[in-house]
Amino acid sequence: MAQTITQKIFAKAANRKFVDPGQSVWLNVDVLLTHDVCGPPTFDIFKQEFGPKAKVWDPSKVVVLPDHYIFTANEHAHRNIDLLRQFAAEQGLPNYYDVGTDRYRGVCHVALAEEGFNLPGTVLFGTDSHTCTSGAFGMFGSGIGNTDAAFILGTGKLWEKVPDSMKFTFEGQMPDYLTAKDLILQILGDITTDGATYRAMEFDGEAVYSLPIDERMTLCNMAIEAGGMNGIIAADAVTEAFVKARTSKPYEIFHSDPDAQYHSMYRYNVEQMEPVVAQPHSPDNRATVRSVAGTPITKSYIGSCTGGKLTDFRLAAKILKGKQVAVTTNIVPATVLVASQLSTETYDGQSLRQIFEDAGCSIALPSCAACLGGPSDTVGRSVDNDVVVSTTNRNFPGRMGSKFAGVYLASPLTAAASAITGKLTDPRDFL
Amino acid sequence: MDTIIQGKAYVLGKNIDTDQIIPAEHLVYSLSDPEEVKMYGKYALSGVPIDQAGLPEGGIPFVEEGYFSSPYSIIIAGPNFGCGSSREHAPFALKVAGARAIIAESYARIFYRNCVDGGFVIPFETAQPLNKSILTGDEVALDMANNTLTNLTQNVTYQLRPLGDVVNIVQAGGIFEYARKNDLMASEA
Repeated sequence: MAQTITQKIFAKAANRKFVDPGQSVWLNVDVLLTHDVCGPPTFDIFKQEFGPKAKVWDPSKVVVLPDHYIFTANEHAHRNIDLLRQFAAEQGLPNYYDVGTDRYRGVCHVALAEEGFNLPGTVLFGTDSHTCTSGAFGMFGSGIGNTDAAFILGTGKLWEKVPDSMKFTFEGQMPDYLTAKDLILQILGDITTDGATYRAMEFDGEAVYSLPIDERMTLCNMAIEAGGMNGIIAADAVTEAFVKARTSKPYEIFHSDPDAQYHSMYRYNVEQMEPVVAQPHSPDNRATVRSVAGTPITKSYIGSCTGGKLTDFRLAAKILKGKQVAVTTNIVPATVLVASQLSTETYDGQSLRQIFEDAGCSIALPSCAACLGGPSDTVGRSVDNDVVVSTTNRNFPGRMGSKFAGVYLASPLTAAASAITGKLTDPRDFL
Repeated sequence: MDTIIQGKAYVLGKNIDTDQIIPAEHLVYSLSDPEEVKMYGKYALSGVPIDQAGLPEGGIPFVEEGYFSSPYSIIIAGPNFGCGSSREHAPFALKVAGARAIIAESYARIFYRNCVDGGFVIPFETAQPLNKSILTGDEVALDMANNTLTNLTQNVTYQLRPLGDVVNIVQAGGIFEYARKNDLMASEA
């Protein structure tokens, strides 16, 4: 029987030859990810249900990456980091990346990739909805709550319904004004915020495979914005090179069978696509940048798991080089590694960091920061009636802080071009 | 588990995401310390723009200023309730505030799992939109045995979708209770 890549990974993790969409199966989990917001309550439930002296099923498979509320004076946030530290020590977790030490990494989804935890064919669950980011490595990654995570901590297993798959094929050569963010915002406008609920979103086509791995992560990252269980791109030579440079752990590459059944199939030619934004207050409220060009903004924000990776900053630097920003522009690298790359990577003879500083941007320390608002002292948090153009992934009311603010989700090219003019601006005006 | 849940309805629109259910800035509070837990009741649904809060008129907060619980126990909403983040704090906050069930046209997957597996609130689905006909403040009764919702104020009964497979987890009170009853934790561990 023909299967999709997601079915094949489910079948492997459930020790079966074949699984049917709609069937519920118990999956053996390869990695459980958690962070400072959901880790402490997860550990509480684990102890309550399995006993105060219980040990996690496999310490090497638990990855704890604090990233949400790091650079804040909020005492409750500090307490939550202490709770992570305590649990990691008690349980002897080798993969705890403590705040304030040289082990601190930053945004969990990007750090997972950097640290070699993303392996084709494996199953990852995380207490964060954007765990689907890791699907860019031809693996299954999905978000869960604290109770489900506590169940995994004790048993190494979780039940999950085998999803139907939707296929999104992007043909053509990527134009220089288009990014992965434009592709996923295009899809969101077409299928809406519940268009993929309980389903897998599979991305394919020459344009997708021409993207570097961090752009592929942007595509998969926002599968959850359509309600998707996971986003997935089968591994290729680019994926393998990235993985092998970081780990010697084994992996298995799966591909969808040519005659696999899909819930639906969408085809796009990237050469006919335009830069787009998601207007307030929903990620599916799509418009071409040209149709809303001139809308005044008060802030530009380039950061997060979906928009704060090296490629995002390379693209932004291309636009910002030699220019001045007209509005507050926050550059928030996702991880410590990305932050260091801002200094080592160059564009046109200058480091990215220098380009951003010269343009008048403010560069923050790596964390989730204002993508989800955060405590009141969070850098970049929206206030009052701010109008923000942002490379993040969500713009529901209040997402970046103020309930009265409006957020336009956009590519790093669009966010950079708009920062220069102080108005929503099509990046082609600067390319 | 009670078979009838009766109380006042609180009506919302579509795509109520987890940041509206419990804004991210409040996620710092403990979910086990009894004093801190109260804060989740205080801020439940505080992210809903006020004109969308308590439909059809709006302007009705789920929890009044200065209170830690809500007079409303059944939430009526449109499609895609609970979209957005994975925070289990969302169904937890609704429970702390006093909500016992939600009747929505559909749910986001993680929120739905969290409601059921954590045993917080019971997520029923309705095939027909109810958030246009039920008014905030109407007295409603959810009949779990017959999968119906009766609006006692308007004297109308609506058929809901059966809970399906998850009814066993709902009846057990959560995934751990269900797993223990069915020897899943021993055999699966």
